Amino acid sequence: MSLLEVTDLRVSFPTADGLVQAVRGVSFSVERGRTLGIVGESGSGKTVLTQSLLGLTPGGQISGQAVFDGVNLVGLPNSQMRQIRGKEIAVIFQDPLTSLHPLYTVGWQINEMIRAHDKSVTKAQATERAIELLGHVGIPRPRERVHDYPHQFSGGMRQRAMIAMAISLSPQLIIADEPTTALDATVQAQILDLLLRLQQDSDTALLMITHDLGVVADIADNVMVMYAGRAAEKATKRDIFYQPHHPYTKGLLESIPHSSAAGDRLIPITGQPPSLITLPSGCAFHPRCAYVMDRCLTEQPELVAVGDPATVGQSPMSYSDAPQPASAELPDQLWPVPARSEEVTLAAPTANSRTSGAAYAGPSGDHRSACWLPPDATGLSEQTEALRVRTVELGRTSSSAKIAEAIAAAPESEGSVIA
Amino acid sequence: MTGTRREQPVDAFPTDASLDEEVLVRVDGLVKYFPVRGGGLIRRHVANVQAVDGVSLTIRRGQTLGLVGETGCGKSTLARCIAGLIPATAGKVYFEGKDITNLSRRAMQPFRREIQMIFQDPYGSLNPRRRVGAIIGDPYAVHKTAAGAERKKAVQELMERVGLNPEHFNRFPAEFSGGQRQRIGVARALALRPKLIICDEPVSALDVSIQAQVLNLLADLQADFGLSYLFIAHDLEVVRHVSNAVTVMYLGRIAESGPGDQIYEHSRHPYTSALLSAAPAADPDSAAARQRIILTGDVPSPIHPPAGCRFHPRCPKAQELCGQTEPVLETKAGDPSTHLTACHYPVEAGEILARAGRRESR
Repeated sequence: MSLLEVTDLRVSFPTADGLVQAVRGVSFSVERGRTLGIVGESGSGKTVLTQSLLGLTPGGQISGQAVFDGVNLVGLPNSQMRQIRGKEIAVIFQDPLTSLHPLYTVGWQINEMIRAHDKSVTKAQATERAIELLGHVGIPRPRERVHDYPHQFSGGMRQRAMIAMAISLSPQLIIADEPTTALDATVQAQILDLLLRLQQDSDTALLMITHDLGVVADIADNVMVMYAGRAAEKATKRDIFYQPHHPYTKGLLESIPHSSAAGDRLIPITGQPPSLITLPSGCAFHPRCAYVMDRCLTEQPELVAVGDPATVGQSPMSYSDAPQPASAELPDQLWPVPARSEEVTLAAPTANSRTSGAAYAGPSGDHRSACWLPPDATGLSEQTEALRVRTVELGRTSSSAKIAEAIAAAPESEGSVIA
Repeated sequence: MTGTRREQPVDAFPTDASLDEEVLVRVDGLVKYFPVRGGGLIRRHVANVQAVDGVSLTIRRGQTLGLVGETGCGKSTLARCIAGLIPATAGKVYFEGKDITNLSRRAMQPFRREIQMIFQDPYGSLNPRRRVGAIIGDPYAVHKTAAGAERKKAVQELMERVGLNPEHFNRFPAEFSGGQRQRIGVARALALRPKLIICDEPVSALDVSIQAQVLNLLADLQADFGLSYLFIAHDLEVVRHVSNAVTVMYLGRIAESGPGDQIYEHSRHPYTSALLSAAPAADPDSAAARQRIILTGDVPSPIHPPAGCRFHPRCPKAQELCGQTEPVLETKAGDPSTHLTACHYPVEAGEILARAGRRESR
């Protein structure tokens, strides 16, 4: 069983302007000794998601389930949450300067952490432990530095001190919220290296929140891409980077400057992230999506298994057997339209294996995407692109074609302010 | 510094004869020290923060020079000295052959039109209580080039040019997203049609998808207006994407400089190699395959920089000589003449640097 199993978690905040739907039904699991990377733009709900797990979102309305080691964290009374928070689940925040208290020494703060959870430890014992921990995370001369104040530490050392604090009680899960964003590349490499080493030593699970795909490529095992409070795509690291299905994932990958194409134009995602109060209808990504179809405007796609049956080597099931989204009663709008599906698949290289546009449940359904594009439209190859384009042509009526033209006509402008 | 501050008519500036037409800015041995004062009543001058210590570089017309380095290496200080925002301690800055180092406010005025800056933080660099139209129109007001309806028209043209809706002239910065605010900053920098724009970490605060929009905008503007950029960033891939030439700084000095391809494919300075290997690539396979050089410790204090080569306490290749003699920035054997490296033991092609261990910077 997974260490942490989150099912349909929803978090919203009532504000004067309306209900902010920060997290809208997210499910994921984290295994012992593994790293899950959560990627998304600012405002995609990734931080709220993890903070709500620990009861750190006052005023938020939380529903759903988050079972950690047999205990449901959602709605857990504060007294019990305090037993878990810090001891079983530790958090490393982005900015180590503001998350350390400036008026107490680093050693005092680690002591407090240890003694808050185990009253039987004496101050002297806790200090010894703090020294040992600081040495463990690579602070030079820990015996002297333990009496230093946070401002006497550099940025990288502060983050090390935060990590020392996080691991002081040997937690089963560490939530790292952008732990290296404020650091230089060389220091970031040190910190990521340290986290990986600690994970290997103690079989800790790591939940890594970041907007930096480079960090994810480095240390994650599995990745969840979030957009507007929902999971857009979930897969193994390799599938996310080499076989992306969701246009948002693809857009993120394409907007990174790559060494191979220095000087070429970048392909940005047009527009801006939506307001979480007035979300777009249907798929929340559709106003920015290059592959928008009619149904995207009205129906919200569910997270379903995707992947290329030819490459995974399993026989595809027929489309009707595949997990169907709620919209199954609208067959004429469903992809694929049977009469046209052959045209679509002709564009694909292994047309015979997917004549019915097979939805494919992977070996463990581990590649999932919330998008109306055909399930085998994964990857960045030209064939896949052709498949996507054909699908989109078929999936658009004249009115949505106009929308698409409007998008194409102003590819770079961010348009009007989203109020 | 008062000795170098003198007022002269623009025509009388000493012209650097060796300068060819292609060079827009030449920085020669620039030094900037910030005094550190004691805590006593007299606030005695006790030491210097050697923020920039003898940096020379050139920025060519219509090209982009990328400036890379860790926090505290002096890249922003250097940029501010070039823009004339802070006086230099020593050294010269030539703009189109004219010495603009430490000019008086009045003498500097015409050059301020030619050199503009875009700042990192799109939230902090715009006055939240002023309307966008007024913010972008400020350069016209300061330089008295356009007023009234004419200014409004010019501002709206600028807004359109950088991809903002000109109708939003009367909005406040808070009504715009991060990417749009950075566009406001770009529009303001562009207002006086400068020749050089200094971009100090212009996309660091933006999400990748928005970052790509702004980088494309900067590239378009460069092509349209023949702008030169001094592009400061800590993201190496971004710098590579935009730059023709790249300069790597470490602790106030230049470690290596040269054409982008040379720096990224054939770096000779161990610091450049470490920086490149530390930057995470968004590609799991190359991330796994990469031989990572993990530097120990942090950048030492610029108040007491290490003797000899400033990188030697963290360098995997350091030998005795490195702690004694400062290496000269020069072309190493086998490199093109534009590729300069300051290292006694430059990295050879195919050489694998051992993981730097043991040594601590303190």
